[in-house]
Amino acid sequence: MDFGFTTAAYVVAAILFILSLGGLSGQESAKRAVWYGIVGMGLAVFATLIGPGAGLWWLSIILIAAGGMIGYQLASKVEMTQMPELVAGMHALVGLAAVFVGFNAHFELLNVAGMDDAAKKTLDGFAALLAKKTPVEVNILRVEAALGIWIGAVTFTGSVIAYGKLSGKVSSNATKLPGGHMLNASAAALSVICLIWYLNSGGFMPLFILTLAALFIGYHLIMGIGGADMPVVVSMLNSYSGWAAAAIGFSLGNDLLIVVGALVGSSGAILSYIMCKAMNRSFVSVILGGFGGAQSGAAMEVEGEQIAIEADGVAAALEDADSVVIIPGYGMAVAQAQQNVAELTRRLRAKGKNVRFAIHPVAGRLPGHMNVLLAEAKVPYDIVLEMDEINDDFPDTDVAIVIGSNDIVNPAAQEDPNSPIAGMPVLECWKAKQVFVSKRGQGTGYSGIENPLFFKENTRMFYGDAKASLDKLLGMIE
Amino acid sequence: MKIGTPKEVFGGENRVAMTPDSAKQLQKLGYECAIETGAGLNAGFSDATYEAAGVEVVKTAAALWKASDIIAKVRQPDATELKRLNKDKTLISFFNPAGNEDGMAAAKSKGANVIAMEMVPRISRAQKMDALSSMANIAGYRAVIEAGNNFGRFFTGQITAAGKVPPAKVLVVGAGVAGLAAIGTSTSLGAITYAFDVRPEVAEQVESMGAEFVYLDFEEEQQDGAASGGYASVSSPEFREAQLAKFRELAPEVDIVITTALIPNREAPELWTEDMVAAMKPGSVIVDLAAEKGGNCKLTVMDEKFVTENGVTIIGYTDFPSRMAAQSSSLYATNIRHMMTDLTPEKDGQINHDMEDDVIRGATVTHQGEITFPPPPPKVQAIAAKPKEVVPELTPEEKRAAEVAAFKAQTKQQVTLLGVGGALLLGVGLIAPASFMQHFIVFVLAVFVGFQVIWNVSHSLHTPLMAVTNAISSIIILGALMQIGSSSFLVVLLAALSVFMAGINIFGGFLVTRRMLAMFQKS
Repeated sequence: MDFGFTTAAYVVAAILFILSLGGLSGQESAKRAVWYGIVGMGLAVFATLIGPGAGLWWLSIILIAAGGMIGYQLASKVEMTQMPELVAGMHALVGLAAVFVGFNAHFELLNVAGMDDAAKKTLDGFAALLAKKTPVEVNILRVEAALGIWIGAVTFTGSVIAYGKLSGKVSSNATKLPGGHMLNASAAALSVICLIWYLNSGGFMPLFILTLAALFIGYHLIMGIGGADMPVVVSMLNSYSGWAAAAIGFSLGNDLLIVVGALVGSSGAILSYIMCKAMNRSFVSVILGGFGGAQSGAAMEVEGEQIAIEADGVAAALEDADSVVIIPGYGMAVAQAQQNVAELTRRLRAKGKNVRFAIHPVAGRLPGHMNVLLAEAKVPYDIVLEMDEINDDFPDTDVAIVIGSNDIVNPAAQEDPNSPIAGMPVLECWKAKQVFVSKRGQGTGYSGIENPLFFKENTRMFYGDAKASLDKLLGMIE
Repeated sequence: MKIGTPKEVFGGENRVAMTPDSAKQLQKLGYECAIETGAGLNAGFSDATYEAAGVEVVKTAAALWKASDIIAKVRQPDATELKRLNKDKTLISFFNPAGNEDGMAAAKSKGANVIAMEMVPRISRAQKMDALSSMANIAGYRAVIEAGNNFGRFFTGQITAAGKVPPAKVLVVGAGVAGLAAIGTSTSLGAITYAFDVRPEVAEQVESMGAEFVYLDFEEEQQDGAASGGYASVSSPEFREAQLAKFRELAPEVDIVITTALIPNREAPELWTEDMVAAMKPGSVIVDLAAEKGGNCKLTVMDEKFVTENGVTIIGYTDFPSRMAAQSSSLYATNIRHMMTDLTPEKDGQINHDMEDDVIRGATVTHQGEITFPPPPPKVQAIAAKPKEVVPELTPEEKRAAEVAAFKAQTKQQVTLLGVGGALLLGVGLIAPASFMQHFIVFVLAVFVGFQVIWNVSHSLHTPLMAVTNAISSIIILGALMQIGSSSFLVVLLAALSVFMAGINIFGGFLVTRRMLAMFQKS
């Protein structure tokens, strides 16, 4: 079939993708939106398969089917709490694919360059496109391919490390090799040198070194970012994978790749921006692994002691309360306690109590992580509120229950100008009449900052694994 | 110093102002305690139990009054008792100072200090000695029990083998302490309970006790009950009419009416008129807790129970607390004990009659030969709900100005961005070849569309958004598919690998997204 059909199909696919992203503005329309995305993807693949340049279509279909099987298996087996790892892991695949496709562009270019004019005439598809290029265009192509490879490589190693950190296979502490930012900077400089070298020579060597440098940057960059910043990292990698696709799209002259890459890239960038704003952190300092860093003075000393409470005390307070706000955090995800939380919510609601959830924008390890977990446990989404919606309601709340969150409820962000998280918007749960904190032990949160909330007079610590604690609590609330 | 409690001389009064328990607490404050023999008998406390608690039992009232420095009793003292006061003695009891000028004059002439328990101000700190509340609580409870005793049916609705029993309908008028206690008792017995009060702010308390608040169809400036120290005040004639109309409507339905409406220092307002009584079903019961002040129902006879011609029982007892003497004595004695605690800051058994203290000053009616009634308003405002702070409303002009300013700033920002972006684009266009520019325009537009679309994604859907963008970022498969037909084996291999990986991603990404979205549900 001719090229016109493919282009037409691409336009339709692009519109479907845009609708797919736009549909995510609401829970109900989102369900429809996914189908737009699926149809768009199917159409794009189909059009490419029958379009110019594609050969070995049977092999392609077998490979897609095989990949699809694995993807299906992965996606249907994964626990909702492991969602961040899965998403990070899949970004790695996209990054690696981008690297390979970029390499291919280079090899194909070498192939074509080696042919004579007669042979060039017989080419079709991508190779034909290459054959027609002027020297200037070839140089631009090289830049684009190199850029695609570079971003793809950073995405690949970055995602692998992010996956490791999220699944606990790599320590989630921010670690840096000696040299720190200098190493990143020199690797980046090396990449630029390689790019110039590659433009002049056209050989594979500089491209290969550039790839290695990018792989190193991806590794080192993400290693240097602490676990608490993972939501930003994941959405940033998401963005990168989009830009990589867009860069590859340029080099292949494929508009759909460019469009979708740009969509994904900007979506990830906006998400990262939203996350950073929610943490009151500069985007640059997060991606360069700058957390804590220079403090202008000693952090405020925390006075008082943490008072523990047992399940019966919490149950009694809940019986008396009219309005309850639950603040889940990563701890709930780790303990897989969302079902128990949901059950608690159901029982309290059955007693006519006003139970709501307060979700901080960076709760968990993915943007919107808590929403997904609560949704999995069948908590109705209209009682799950954002920080801005609920922060003013805390003074009228009888009981606030903090389950496995720490930094997002840290009053030091407001009270202590020297705290590393000063200025970060937090959930003001301490304004509730009573606060219960379900926590494993007396340790500090991901950021390693002492939390004065735990020492407040109206705070009681409900120690223990969140799931076990809630089990005990459920036994007492009928 | 010695605290003494005489036997109540008022006829039918069973309460006593000191119990063995409270005596033990008073001794901890450094006081000696004495009691007239038989004082606690009607409340269930024998002389022996007092003696066991270390209380001296005195044979006669005269001896007790003589020996004690502080006399704690329940009822307002009679003339004989007042004569026994002198300038070294302090009397703590109900005194009814507003209607007892003679008593105050007598106490003044004797030079005694008198603390009237009903004058304890209604502030949070003084709740522990608020005897009116503790007695009203008992009265409210007892009123329901008394009503039940005279009511020929169940309170709760039942469907039994022997037939269906409809639930009783109870109307409580006046939701003060007694009213609320009555509501609580009535609902826990299973009756359908309605409640009315002229202070609309108590509707919430009424509903919290499980009753239904009777609202009037009446528009009036809401009176602020808090301004009068938490008590009701007199309402306007129009309001009264609306209220009576509502009651007339309710009268044929309700089985039990409990009226508790009192306005401080006034005759009780008539709320349940004769025609309402006539409209009630035979067998219905009215308990008038305001009987002492003339009654909310004019048919009420004080201290008596009688049945009207149409078979409605009207109970006008005024001694409900005394009918539960054991309970009311222990609560009253505790109120007295708290009062003594405040009077004895040093815990040394010596009274420090601090006239600067709001609570003590408020409750004192005579002090060192002076009548100190009525007290000045307490320095600490009562339960008063603070009037809501008025947020200054922006004038339309100011709003308009703010909007214009915001609009201008936005325009400025957008124009700057557009300018910079346009210049950059032009710059690229100058050096880049046309074929590149074609794609570049597509790219820029796509970024722009992306930004426009993503801002609208709701926060709770950020994870599905990431999963979806992850899935569609496997669009990279197109690149691999275009290359897989190459003649070079290496290219085919790499392309095949890419297709495979992208395949995982497409299916995995979309499936995960669908799984997540399927979980979102409305309640």
